[in-house]
Amino acid sequence: MDVVSFYIFAAIAVLSSIGVIGQRNPMHSVMLLIVSFGGLAGLYILLDAPFTAVTQIIIYAGAIMVLFLFVVMLLNAHTEDDSLPAGLGPHALRFGALLSALLAVEVVWGLSRVGVTGFNSDPGAASAISSVAAIGQTLFTQYSFAFEVTSILILVSMVGAVIIAGSRTRGGR
Amino acid sequence: MVPLNYYLVLSGVLFSIGTAGVFLRRNLITVLLSVEIMLNAVNLTFVAAGRYHGTVDGQIITFFVMTVAAAEAAVGLALVIALFRHRETLSPDAYTSLKW
Repeated sequence: MDVVSFYIFAAIAVLSSIGVIGQRNPMHSVMLLIVSFGGLAGLYILLDAPFTAVTQIIIYAGAIMVLFLFVVMLLNAHTEDDSLPAGLGPHALRFGALLSALLAVEVVWGLSRVGVTGFNSDPGAASAISSVAAIGQTLFTQYSFAFEVTSILILVSMVGAVIIAGSRTRGGR
Repeated sequence: MVPLNYYLVLSGVLFSIGTAGVFLRRNLITVLLSVEIMLNAVNLTFVAAGRYHGTVDGQIITFFVMTVAAAEAAVGLALVIALFRHRETLSPDAYTSLKW
C-alpha cells in the first residue's frame, strides 16, 4: 500500500514537473506546478510530516503560485518567442539538454549508491516527528533566532519588491 | 515503508528536471518556476532525512526554505515586471547589457 502510493505520488510529481518545463504557455506551467506540489504534499504525508504537507499546500500552492499567476496574467505574455539570439549557435539548445541529462544521470547514479536504508517503522518514531507541538517547541526554542531573522528577510523582500516593481519613473515620485 | 534512497533518487530526478528548465527555457517566468521545482526537490530530501533520523529539524528547515522561496518569488517577480516594462519581452537573451 505504501509502495503503491509512493509510486503514484512520485509519478504525479515527476510528470507534472516535466510538463512545467515542456509547456510553452506559462499559465499551464503554473497550473502543472501546483499539481506537482500536490504530489509532493502526498509524499510528505507518507513521510509522517502532515504539518509540512499542509504548509506546502497553503504556502506554496496557495500563496506563491497565486503570485506567479498574477504576474503571468499581468504581463499577458502567452507565448515564448522561438528565435534564438544570433550569438548562440544552432547547437546551444542541444548542448543545454546534454548538460542537464548529464546532471540527471550523475545525481541519480550517486544517490542510488547510498544503499537501501529503511526507515524506522516503529509507530513511536512516527508520532514523535508528526506532532505539530514538537515542531513548534523546536522552532521557538532551538531555532528562535533563525525564526526572528526570517521576519526581517520577509520585510526586506516586501520593501524590495515594492521599490523594484513600483517605480514607474526613474527617480521616484 | 519505502526505503530512504527511493526518496533521495526521486528528489534527484526532480532537481535535474528543474535544472533542465533553467538551462533550456527562454522565458523568465518559467525559469523562476524551475527554481521552485529545485527548491522543492531539496525540501523532499530534508523531510525524508528528518524522518530517517527521527527528528523534526528536517521539517523546520523545510519551513525556512519555503519562507526564503516566498521572498525569492516576490523579489524575482518584481524584477520580471520591471524588466518587462523596460523591454516588452520575457526572453532572458534580451537582457544581456551587463554581459561582457
